[in-house]
Formats: sequence, structure tokens, C-alpha cells
Amino acid sequence: MSKEQLVRKIKEGTVLDHVEQGRALQVLQALNIDGKNGNIVTVAMNVSSKKLRKKDIIKIENRFLKPEETNRIALIAPRATVNLIRDYQVFEKRKVEIPDTFVNVFKCPNPTCISNSNEPVSYIIDAVRKNPPLLRCRYCGRLLSPNELI
Amino acid sequence: MRNPFFDRDIISIKDFSRSELEYLFSLSNRMDSLDREKRRNLGRGKILGLLFFEPSTRTRLSFEAAMLSIGGNVLGFAHPRMSSVEKGENLADTVKTVENYVDVMVLRHPMEGANRFAAEVASKPIINAGSGTEEHPTQAMLDLYTIMKVKGRIDGLNIAIVGDLKYGRTVYSLIYGLSNYRTRIFLVSPPQLRVREEALFNIGDKIKVSEHGDIREIIEDLDVIYATRIQRERFPDPHEYEKVKGSYVIDIDLLKSGKDDCIVMHPLPRVGEIKPEVDNTPRAKYFLQIYLGKVIRATLLASILNPNPYALF
Ligand SMILES: [Zn+2]
Repeated sequence: MSKEQLVRKIKEGTVLDHVEQGRALQVLQALNIDGKNGNIVTVAMNVSSKKLRKKDIIKIENRFLKPEETNRIALIAPRATVNLIRDYQVFEKRKVEIPDTFVNVFKCPNPTCISNSNEPVSYIIDAVRKNPPLLRCRYCGRLLSPNELI
Repeated sequence: MRNPFFDRDIISIKDFSRSELEYLFSLSNRMDSLDREKRRNLGRGKILGLLFFEPSTRTRLSFEAAMLSIGGNVLGFAHPRMSSVEKGENLADTVKTVENYVDVMVLRHPMEGANRFAAEVASKPIINAGSGTEEHPTQAMLDLYTIMKVKGRIDGLNIAIVGDLKYGRTVYSLIYGLSNYRTRIFLVSPPQLRVREEALFNIGDKIKVSEHGDIREIIEDLDVIYATRIQRERFPDPHEYEKVKGSYVIDIDLLKSGKDDCIVMHPLPRVGEIKPEVDNTPRAKYFLQIYLGKVIRATLLASILNPNPYALF
């Protein structure tokens, strides 16, 4: 079965391609996409690919994700490509980049951090280094590797 | 220099530059020599709120004494049992309630980052008196001030920080504070209580730091020994605790093998890290730290509350 048959082309919207295998649901969560607004969202997992051995693909119809939105997935799917589609054609293609700060994307893994309490507080994780990535919780100051967050 | 502390939160020592710390030290020298009555002008009519979500008698008494010494008043709670926190009120609501009654607040909390969060929520300045194992900036201010008072300088000194470097919150603030100066730091601890990675990352290559398992290796080089408490609870195996505890004890024998003017400091309370025989020698500075702690906290409060404290002298 070819890829085209598996996931149909979309007319308008955003295609996230080359998502790390098995991370599609985490990507949707990071993007706060839960399908409740009625637009069609198609998720394909374990798709064969030349670039990665297997990959996930996400197609979000009728929504054009901005860089500040797609950069939220930069640690979860560092090799993802973002394709914006209009009338079945790609009109913009870009990579994801690690932002300076992740707000409410990851929980701080430190159980005694105030961000894990019942206070009205957000999870704020700063990127103190981008290559290789190193993060720090804005509240407890703990240094965090991407593995501790994903 | 313009007063850099006016109306400002004191969350991390990292937020303050060397020149800002030196403003505090020179103002503290003036405060200390000031006539009692004049000193009371600095906090007259002002109220300090104490929010101790975790008890700490020493720190609380020091802040209370500091506020009273500048003529201000104090209210608040010393333990969550004594407050509505026990009934489930959260930190944010407590801060937003207490700030209506006071001009500045001191907060101690068992969770890391609680002070940074409280400062975001509050419209009045917050002073961090310890959150979890994270930081204790006013302790570092008084530690630096004590070294400055006794040694006349901080630059060029060899300083060992000894004991529980992993969980000891004073350790982190002290390392960050010292990194403003040209010091050489020796970190001495059992392997399981080594300093957390973030401390070394945060100071980068600003100063030279090395880690050691035994203070005797380096005693001859030291100008300052900063001892901290090794808590039994940190060791799952009590034998392990008994084994390491002895390697980090400061006694007269150890000090004899070092420089004549090497001083001994400790944030207190201690549990045997420094033998009482050291107390009556001129090297012991831990009780001086307590006195200077009150002075520096009084100065800090006066600087947060007054745009130009010098004008009130
Ligand atoms: Zn945290």
C-alpha cells in the first residue's frame, strides 16, 4: 500500500512530516490539538520512510500552524518538517526550532517543584543551550535533558 | 550609587551583581555603627510579614530582630499549623492576603521555586528565606559579608565548602555569590552528597572549582572553611553515615595543619561537624555570622523599604 493511499492529500492545512516514530500523540498534545474544534485531523503512525526508518505523519486540516506553535514540538520531534498546504499544494515548508522557553509543554520532573503543586502556576522550561539541547525549569532551577521531559 | 534594592524581590543571589552586593556591605557597615535611635528611623511605621510554610526558628528570629532593630513591626506565622494554610489555602492566596497588611514579606517554603512563584503573584517585595533545597540568598549575603569583614577582601581567597553539598541550600547561594569574586573554591563532600550539576553549570568558568573527598588533602591552602551539616536522613544505611561523618569533622588538630589565619564558618545548626573545642579559638566565626546576619538583613530591609536609606542617617 502506498503512502498516498494510506493518508489522503489534504486541500488546506498543515502537514507535520518526519515526526519520530511513535511520537504523534505527544505532538498533538504539545500542540493542544484535541479535535474538539471539528476540523479533520489524520494521524498515521509507523509509516515507512527513506529518511527515518519509520515515521509518524500528522495532517491538520484548515489550520495553518505558526512557527511559535510548531516550535513547541522541537524536542519531541526534532526532525519534523512543517508543510503548509493550500489547494493541495505546499506553499511553505519549514523545520522546527527549539524556542527560548516552553510554556506548558512539559511538566518539571522534580516532584517538589512548585510547578507540580496545586498552585495556579504554569510549567515554564527555558532552553539554556540549544545544541545539544539543555533545559532548565524556571521555578526550581533544575537542569533537565530532553530525555527527562519527553 | 543609586540604591539597587528599593522595592525589589530578593529571590536568588544570582540576580545581584558584585557592585550591588558591595552597596549592601558598605551600607551595612554604616548601619552597624549607627546610633540605636537613628537606626529606628529606617523602618518606622513599616511592617514585615513572615510567611513560614516550613519552620525555621533561626532564620525567622534573625529577620524579626532585624526588622525590630530598624524600628519596624512584624506579623505573620512561624509554622503552617498556625495559619489557614492548614485548612488548604494555597500559597498564592496566602501571599495575596498577607500583602494587604504589610510592606515586605519573608517567605520560607518546602517546595523549590516557591519564592519565584510568590514574587510573580505578589505586588509587594518578597524575600526568599529558603525554598526547598534551592537557595537561601540572604544567608549567602551574610556569609560574603562575614568573609569581607574578617578578611578585608574576598578576591584571592581559597575557600572550602564542606559537607552535604547536594541538599544544603546555603551551599548553592554561597557558590553563586562567591562566583562574583576572584576566588578559588574547593568542594569537599562524600561522593553521594556531591554538589548538583546545576551549580557548576550556573557559574560556568567564572571561577576555579574542584571537588575533593577529604579536607586533609587541601587544608594547607585554605583561607576559609565553610562547614555544613551532614544529615543522617540522607543515608539509607546508618553505617554508611557513621563511616563518612568522621572525614568531615573540623577540630583543632585539623586546623593546626593549615594556615594560622584560616577561619571556620557554618550556617548553623551543627551536629558535630565542628568540635566545640574550636568555638573559643579566634578562628571560629559562626557566631559572628549570626550577628552580621541580623545586620545585613536589617540593611536589606531598610534598602527595600527606602529609596535612599542614606538620607535617613
Ligand atoms: Zn521545576
